[in-house]
Amino acid sequence: MAKITIPLGPQHPALKEPGNFLLTLEGESIVGATIRLGYNHRGIEKACEQRNFLQDIYLLERVCGICSHSHTTCYLGAVEEIAKLEVPKRGLAIRVLVAELERLHSHLLWLGVAGHEIGFDTLFMYAWRDREHIMDCLEMVTGNRVNYAINTVGGVRRDVTPEMKDKILKTLTVVEERANYYVELATQEVTVLARCKDVGRLPNDEAVRRCAVGPLARASGVASDVRKDDPYLLYGELDFKVITSDRCDVLGRVEVRALELFESIKILRQVLNGLPEGPIAVKAPRKVPAGEAVSRYEAPRGEDIHYVRSSGGEKPDRVKVRAPTLANWASMAYMLEGGYLADVPLVIAAIDPCFSCTDRAIAVRGDGQSGSLDWDSLRRYAREFHRSRGVDFSNVPGRV
Amino acid sequence: MDCTVFSSAFSLLVFPGLLFLGAYGTFAEWVDRILYARMQNRVGPPIYQPVADFIKLMAKEVIIPEAADKGLFRVLPVVAVASVCTAMLMVPAWGPAGVVSFQGDLVAVLYLLTIPTATFFLAGWCSSSPYATVGSVRALTQLFAYEVPLFLSVVGPAILAGSLSVADIAAAFTANPLFIAVNLPGLAIALLALQGKLERVPFDIPHAETEVVGGPFTEYSGGLLALFLLATDMEMVVGAALLSAVFLGGSLALPGALGFVAFLAKTLGIVFVLSLTRALMARIRIEQMIGLCWKILAPVALLQIIADILIKKVI
Repeated sequence: MAKITIPLGPQHPALKEPGNFLLTLEGESIVGATIRLGYNHRGIEKACEQRNFLQDIYLLERVCGICSHSHTTCYLGAVEEIAKLEVPKRGLAIRVLVAELERLHSHLLWLGVAGHEIGFDTLFMYAWRDREHIMDCLEMVTGNRVNYAINTVGGVRRDVTPEMKDKILKTLTVVEERANYYVELATQEVTVLARCKDVGRLPNDEAVRRCAVGPLARASGVASDVRKDDPYLLYGELDFKVITSDRCDVLGRVEVRALELFESIKILRQVLNGLPEGPIAVKAPRKVPAGEAVSRYEAPRGEDIHYVRSSGGEKPDRVKVRAPTLANWASMAYMLEGGYLADVPLVIAAIDPCFSCTDRAIAVRGDGQSGSLDWDSLRRYAREFHRSRGVDFSNVPGRV
Repeated sequence: MDCTVFSSAFSLLVFPGLLFLGAYGTFAEWVDRILYARMQNRVGPPIYQPVADFIKLMAKEVIIPEAADKGLFRVLPVVAVASVCTAMLMVPAWGPAGVVSFQGDLVAVLYLLTIPTATFFLAGWCSSSPYATVGSVRALTQLFAYEVPLFLSVVGPAILAGSLSVADIAAAFTANPLFIAVNLPGLAIALLALQGKLERVPFDIPHAETEVVGGPFTEYSGGLLALFLLATDMEMVVGAALLSAVFLGGSLALPGALGFVAFLAKTLGIVFVLSLTRALMARIRIEQMIGLCWKILAPVALLQIIADILIKKVI
């Protein structure tokens, strides 16, 4: 059968964000896969250098629409380390509270998306309906559904009242019951098993070699979880398990995420029942002393890394964000090749990708030299790039 | 002579042809959509939604790809609608028999119901887009998977009735309700095959939007797309009517309007089962679908035929 090359993206119904996967097909089998990213670069790191440390929280919250709390907490971990700020226990507890609620909503969201990718829209509707319980809790605690804005330098901005605690505990009972249902569904429903079993295989050694993080790594038997490996916030004092699976396929990733729902619920119960008394924040200075720090955080999608450098002023010198999805892209081509076209959306979705969180512009050249392009030469480069692919934008009216 | 022409035109264009089938097809689509929505804990569309969709699409611009065969591209949706309408003439809707009834009309209906899938394939193929090409190859591959169990499953009832006429089979099943019970496995196979023919979950492989965007219809727009969607709606009704006539005794020999009520009730019942199947499952892969049809459904259908032959001998 003749080979046919299909572009999946940058605009494609399976992708919620722009990315391009060039798939070479032989019939339905994939014999080659190329990944092209960089459609959604937003220059957030550069913009961070133009704002002060406090303003950067609100900017970095917008790195990701789903793990917004992860990015701010990770960033503040670095800033507070440089500034040597001791965040009060209650503040840390509230950060854990929002973090685990976020993990719950993110995993439920993912479950729904995965259902949609395999044409199981009923699962999509159910998972997103149940996710609303969590969203209501988040809204109640923080005042917002997506960009919670609960974090501030030195602590959190809002306290948790006893009524909120009761409401969240009540919600957790409902969500736990639903999580049981999803575990049952993921392990017993015939068509779900048929679609997820042995799909997108990533063996343990490949997962290690390609530096996979988060549920992707854990589903390949790599017990990597920053919450255990390098405890931050209150995680060192909390009792929870790192869920792993030896399945090494999409089903394993479903299992890991579904079982992590229970662990998050467990953590939330501990935090809520043992909420420390005291203030929720300490007063932070506007200026952060010179220094640098790297902060690690276990976001719902895996390890998030922030690097912050300060020169003693009100603004950071440099902020570097390594979103978890970037670490997982390296495994993608491996998982796609040899599979079927029908599995591509699911395999991509199974790493729970965040395209726009990941995009960074770094010029790497073969000879080891690096350089920068100014605006005019960048446009010239873009024109040549498209012309060499048969698209000539110079004919388009209004374009230079 | 004039009278014959008039009545033929009436059958073809009004009842049970184009007009009725179009109206009932869009209604059945609404029933399917609202049931599907309620099963998913959603509100679902208002009753006029499928009609509104049709009108909206009709008003939209038709864009034909430059590389496509323009004549073929335009004519295919019409062929799809026409073949489904023609098939409806041989399926009983009002009364015990279809408008046209002859020995072997069962084969003719099945043949006519295959044509829409063939048009889907050609539509995808001639629009020369990679998604449409993959989608149309899938549609054709799927055709060879579900047609065999579908054809085999209706052989059993034909043997029991000793006739290849839909009306005779319905009459035989009405006269002997035991036949209905005996043929339930066959009905189940036929329902699954019909789900495949209508390209719905778990067999919506040619249209899997997360993989091949719109499948064979990727390049279709406006009125041409509306006609294709209408043909699919009509096909659902004709398929349901055929199964109700072959497996469930059709109009149950009830006179006139009562028979029509039986027709409506049974077709909607079958639509309910189809919606339930759609809500309960994930989409399977094409090679799993072929495996299912050839390795499970077809052998079970053969067993059903053997069982029917034995029963025929006994009776």
